Amino acid sequence: MRVVLAEDQTLLREGLIRLLESHGFEVVAAAEDAESLAQALADPQTADVALLDVRLPPTGTDEGLRAAVDLRRRRPGFPVLVLSQYVERIYARELLADGEGGVGYLLKERVGDVREFVEALRRVAGGGTVLDPEVVAAVMARQQPVERLTPREREVLALMAEGRSNAAIAAGLVVTEKAVAKHTNNIFAKLDLPPAPDDNRRVLAVLAWLGL
Amino acid sequence: MTGYAALQVLLSVPALLLFVLNAVAGTLVVIVVGIPILLLTLPATRWLADRHRRMAADVLGSPVPSPYRPTGDAGPIGRLRIWAADPMTWRDEAWLLLALPLALTMSLLVVLLLVLVVTGVAWWFGVGPIMVARSRLDRALLTFGTTERLEQRVEVLTETRNDSLDHSAAELRRIERDLHDGAQARLVGLGLTLGMAADLMDRDPEEARRILDEARQTTGAALGDLRDVVRGIHPPVLADRGLRSALEALSLDLALPVAVTGSFTDRLSAPVESAVYFAVAECLANVGKHADAAHAWVELTGDADRLRVVVGDDGHGGADPGAGTGMRGVARRLAAFDGTMRVSSPIGGPTLVTLEVPCASSSPRTRPSSGKA
Repeated sequence: MRVVLAEDQTLLREGLIRLLESHGFEVVAAAEDAESLAQALADPQTADVALLDVRLPPTGTDEGLRAAVDLRRRRPGFPVLVLSQYVERIYARELLADGEGGVGYLLKERVGDVREFVEALRRVAGGGTVLDPEVVAAVMARQQPVERLTPREREVLALMAEGRSNAAIAAGLVVTEKAVAKHTNNIFAKLDLPPAPDDNRRVLAVLAWLGL
Repeated sequence: MTGYAALQVLLSVPALLLFVLNAVAGTLVVIVVGIPILLLTLPATRWLADRHRRMAADVLGSPVPSPYRPTGDAGPIGRLRIWAADPMTWRDEAWLLLALPLALTMSLLVVLLLVLVVTGVAWWFGVGPIMVARSRLDRALLTFGTTERLEQRVEVLTETRNDSLDHSAAELRRIERDLHDGAQARLVGLGLTLGMAADLMDRDPEEARRILDEARQTTGAALGDLRDVVRGIHPPVLADRGLRSALEALSLDLALPVAVTGSFTDRLSAPVESAVYFAVAECLANVGKHADAAHAWVELTGDADRLRVVVGDDGHGGADPGAGTGMRGVARRLAAFDGTMRVSSPIGGPTLVTLEVPCASSSPRTRPSSGKA
């Protein structure tokens, strides 16, 4: 799998390249600022997924995020995993707003759990949605308009937002996969989501839950 | 200018009347009757003085400001108290008593020179100098001189500077404490855990692995603490996107539904943005704690030189801005930028807090990447 990487801190950039290559990814470009990132993404056909830091030179504000939104406008659904020192719901909303899936938004420190991080990158590349547990916790703390959901369904939805598969959710909640499937179907029905492929409905459910 | 002179002659009648009324009512305040009279005559005096300020400004071609102290939302008695303490009120009276007879003579002279026709030549040459002299006289009494203005400014600046220094010292103490109790303590623990892992590496690799896993969790917690500290110093969205977006991000994190509206999306200087952000955050925190509100809203409006933020809620009202240290802190922090805070909170609501800050909006500018959060 081919990855375009953008990270301005040399230590972390080199570390990520090593980590990705040792897990069978091919890093086709490693940008250190917004300009070289734009060059690397000029032809998205050369990559399968982009791994971007939010803050990049020259201004060190939200270049990476804007690059991600821009890239997905040019090529809807292009998988992007955004890394940041902090996570903001407002940015999660912007990334997910197009409803296409294939989006990840994680704290940088999640890289430390190598297996989970690589798994998250694969899920994003496969069209899944992976939100940082901290975003999920912040949304959980604030009662959203999905009050119609039972506490169990809210738990399932939160894990869905973190990008877990039904199998992983079942393992996490110590229930059968069948029970999880029943919960997800209830969630889709209660959120009035139209019939669609399961992956897409999962994205839409998370969007509804984020208050979009 | 002769038109002004004629108007000034006519206005001298109410001026005389107002002076007498003010003087009488002022003495009658002792037996309360004077209070309602003064509540009417003083604003009328101010209106009259303002008319003369505008005329003087027009004649002199330079602004003649109307430097009354703001009364805010004070009640009738409060307003009287502020008026009584305002030196400009007394200068108005002095102007009514001293300047008017003299100034009236000048204006009357101008009118007469024109009306008597034969003195037309004198009018032609005299009207300019006479009116300038009269306007200077008005200006001298109706507005503060440069020295007085500077003295007042120095007084305000000294006070707000002390408040700012106190505030930043308190902030530094808070940050120091947060770092000491949070990230620093966790890093000490981390060093200990890593030492234990190194010690166990050969004897009990399984246990060493478990301890290393624990160490990784500790780094996560330390980073979490640092993020909280950074949010308290300068929220990341504020640095990235400015006030409007930062307030939207803030409203998303509150349990209470908050609507952020308004036309103002400009970038301001970093200290002003930060002060206004934390002021609004404090207001919204108060709404959450005390107001028992179902909804709150934040409206940002303004132009090139003034930002106005209204924080409102539909709670039970009755908020006392003097009661909490938080709101006094907000007012003091804004005062450092010549900003003001007004609170309107009738029993039964709604509560409206209006923050106003003078600003020179700056276009988005490059920030150093060393500011990475």
